[in-house]
Amino acid sequence: MKNYVIIGNGAAAVGAIEGIRSADRDSRITVISREACHVYARPLISYLLEGKTDLKRMLYRPEDFYEKNRAEVLYGKSAVKIDPEKRTVTLDSGEEIGYDALLCAAGSTPFVPPFEGLDGVKNVHPFMTLSDAQALEKDLAPDKKVFIIGAGLIGLKCAEGILERVGSVTVCDLAPRVLSSILDEECAALMEERLKEHGVKFLLGDTVERFEGQKAIMKSGKTVDFDILVTAVGVRPNISLVKDAGGECGRGISVDEKMRTTLPGVFAAGDCAESFDITSQTKKVMAIMPLAYMQGHCAGVNMAGGGETLDSCMPFNSIGFFGLHCMSAGSYEGECYEEKGEGTIKRLYVKDGRLIGFMLIGRNERAGIYTALIRNRTPLSEIDFETLKKTPGLAPMGKNYRTEKLGGAV
Amino acid sequence: MKRVYVNEKWCLGCHLCEYNCAFANSGDTDMVRALKGKKIVPNIVVEEAGDINFAVSCRHCKDPICVKSCISGALSIEDGAVKIDKEKCVGCLTCVLVCPYGCIREGENGAATKCELCLENSCGEPACVKGCPNRAIVYEDRG
Ligand SMILES: Cc1cc2nc3c(=O)[nH]c(=O)nc-3n(C[C@H](O)[C@H](O)[C@H](O)COP(=O)(O)OP(=O)(O)OC[C@H]3O[C@@H](n4cnc5c(N)ncnc54)[C@H](O)[C@@H]3O)c2cc1C
Ligand code: SF4
Ligand code: SF4
Repeated sequence: MKNYVIIGNGAAAVGAIEGIRSADRDSRITVISREACHVYARPLISYLLEGKTDLKRMLYRPEDFYEKNRAEVLYGKSAVKIDPEKRTVTLDSGEEIGYDALLCAAGSTPFVPPFEGLDGVKNVHPFMTLSDAQALEKDLAPDKKVFIIGAGLIGLKCAEGILERVGSVTVCDLAPRVLSSILDEECAALMEERLKEHGVKFLLGDTVERFEGQKAIMKSGKTVDFDILVTAVGVRPNISLVKDAGGECGRGISVDEKMRTTLPGVFAAGDCAESFDITSQTKKVMAIMPLAYMQGHCAGVNMAGGGETLDSCMPFNSIGFFGLHCMSAGSYEGECYEEKGEGTIKRLYVKDGRLIGFMLIGRNERAGIYTALIRNRTPLSEIDFETLKKTPGLAPMGKNYRTEKLGGAV
Repeated sequence: MKRVYVNEKWCLGCHLCEYNCAFANSGDTDMVRALKGKKIVPNIVVEEAGDINFAVSCRHCKDPICVKSCISGALSIEDGAVKIDKEKCVGCLTCVLVCPYGCIREGENGAATKCELCLENSCGEPACVKGCPNRAIVYEDRG
């Protein structure tokens, strides 16, 4: 019997619980959960405000999940220290828990720059957790003016979620375009257009110089009056527990392809970890839900003595705003194949004979076939890429591929 | 487990399976009323490439990347079959972005849609298989 301990209770933790149980039915699993609730799908907090989901439907796993997997959750408790010598975790309550294998799946924390005058602003909300969303919801009213700092995925999803429930929504970002970390200028412009059509206002390439009560004075000299402020500038990976214990960290906790940190018996996964991106050939934090789950699962299997490796990580994202979808994956380097249509863009990036990234706006049909080419590092010389780049399909993958994938269980 | 397999030598490319699929999942009892004049979004799609045709639907992968990637927990495995809970789905299409076979797509009403082997509708067995005039699609256990 082993003692498995998991810090955090998000997608990575769920992956780990399922991973551990696939290899070890009996040992003890203890989950330390700062948030005092059953695991929910974090990206759904904006859909909750929009009325497209509810508290029950947004649960990431069914209500009997922990019971079925015999995992004990310590709700409302936080880990404050890891002792890698004694193999213990100390909780904020002072309690110590011993472990044989430990997973740090602590996610990230919203980062708020020290804007001058922020202390004097009322109704300030981050947008990261269910309780953040519920607190924001209490302030929403049809006459309220909302100001969101940050035009990344979180800020824009928040804007979409609350738009119908307030008087106005203005979003600012230091970057000159929306979704600047995943889209180029032209693709971003299409997304911005769609959001504007629905009434979201933008101040891009501009940031707050200082606040005077419920008024923001921008660098450009413009001013924004608001009732509610949402801070969605960015997040910082929660690395301190592992870092303070002597584990190697960059921006995130450094892990290998088995999700091991440099501390013996200690693993990390999800938004707090940095791992190898096969498309840029660099280590980075790739803060997306699918990777949080997969890394967690990989960590879990290995914690239980199994042998799972995850060596095909890359950033990818699919998100829609008011019915317009944008998909992106990998890195945007090398030769670019482009197709443009009425309100749509396709850009595929080929480097060293392999697909390494793409952006798709308003064209989502069978996009996973492209993603798989990147993930599998498929040499394009082995397939009919000329056909495939125009229309993703399995015919251009060749007869052998089809016989294998469509002819038997995969 | 039983899955749907296509024999591309026998597939005529007639697209009947697409219509049978759309009808089976429409909840309607009359095919004409269910499909006439509507843009159908079937869970099986016929690819045509030169002299070959073949119908593709979800492989019900043993280690399904769509399930691992779903941001809401709407996709799950039940006795080997990959199911979608359209009430939970928020239509982000992350699953579409990861499925290597292009077998899950944007459906109607803001949710993704995929083959559930007709286990969830009144058909009981895959309608595409039952209606294939050349028996090019079969429902059998190949492991
Ligand atoms: C509004 C929003 C929209 C998003 N949309 C998308 C999307 O469309 N697609 C996508 O792929 N991703 C999206 N994401 C990102 C996605 O939610 C994250 O990548 C994912 O939740 C990461 O999972 P995780 O398990 O690593 O961390 P988290 O889900 O953050 O879980 C970590 C948990 O650990 C807890 N914790 C932290 N420190 C401690 C401690 N010391 N002790 C105990 N517990 C602790 C935290 O409270 C938290 O509950 C979105 C995020 C947000 C906020
Ligand atoms: S939708 Fe795609 S990834 Fe998911 S089980 Fe079917 S074929 Fe596999
Ligand atoms: S579209 Fe639905 S099923 Fe697909 S990943 Fe998003 S929430 Fe899950």
